[in-house]
Amino acid sequence: MIRACLALCLWAVALAAPAADTPFEFAQPEQAARYQRLAEELRCLVCQNQSLADSHADLAQDLRNEVYRMITAGQSDREIIDFLVARYGEFVLYRPPVSPLTWLLWFGPALLLAIAGGVWWRIARRRPEVPPPDSGEDAAVAALTGKSPESP
Amino acid sequence: MRYLVPIAIFGVLVAVLFIGLKLDPRYVPSPLINKPAPEFSLETLDDPAIIRTKADLLGRPVLVNIFASWCSACRVEHPLLMEIAQREQVEIIGIDYKDSRADGRALLQAHGNPYRDVLFDPAGKLGLDLGVYGVPETFVLDRRGVIRFKQVGPLTPEAWRNDVKPLLAKLVAEPAP
Repeated sequence: MIRACLALCLWAVALAAPAADTPFEFAQPEQAARYQRLAEELRCLVCQNQSLADSHADLAQDLRNEVYRMITAGQSDREIIDFLVARYGEFVLYRPPVSPLTWLLWFGPALLLAIAGGVWWRIARRRPEVPPPDSGEDAAVAALTGKSPESP
Repeated sequence: MRYLVPIAIFGVLVAVLFIGLKLDPRYVPSPLINKPAPEFSLETLDDPAIIRTKADLLGRPVLVNIFASWCSACRVEHPLLMEIAQREQVEIIGIDYKDSRADGRALLQAHGNPYRDVLFDPAGKLGLDLGVYGVPETFVLDRRGVIRFKQVGPLTPEAWRNDVKPLLAKLVAEPAP
């Protein structure tokens, strides 16, 4: 058990090893913009809360190189994304496609909102209305104050 | 009675969170399971003149282990690989990932070589095609070269006993293509 734990720790350290980033140069500004957009939409597998653009992990650098290579080779965004999804799964996408597997992810919040709305509606409906003021009481008040019950 | 519903909701929440605690957030399901292994052409670690391709992995189930000299977690699984190589029938093919030839060789010299063959992947090209994201990783390929199992991180004795060994027995029993 301790060995397994140690192994996991060592592995985590190996994953976290930083790498020097190399800035890329593009022939056209349009390519640079595409690169930037893709790098921000793709998730780093090692530091899972970072995009490829943010991450300093070695693997993120490799994947950035790959995205750069494919852009300069004239491949489309679709082809680049398919290339990475084929190897790493839809996990690399920060905006996963809508599929039966991701229905809960996409529609879960709306579902929760609908449930909360339903519960709220039921509670609101069940609560008894405030009873109308008793007219007998009004008459007693009128008799005591000497004012007619109609006047406010 | 009126407290039953909130307590039930609380119970379900606790159960879900408890299961969540036991899941590994680093685990990424591989899209490559049950897909053919990628084509490659790599030099062996020993001899740059010898080129290995996917064809060299076909015909029998093999374990493919991605390792590197810079990977400290690889040292942890190394004794298990040595034991498997000595005691079991399965061939282990090593892939020295993003390493220098000298460091890779020195590692195997110092700690022993459990691999039938070691491929040298200094640029991580095959690693990328295999969707490697945390070295060490271990793949089980059937005799047709289809990826049937993937372990991310060190191969543990439990994973060997519970997953890999039974799978290999099944693959050996599968009819030849």
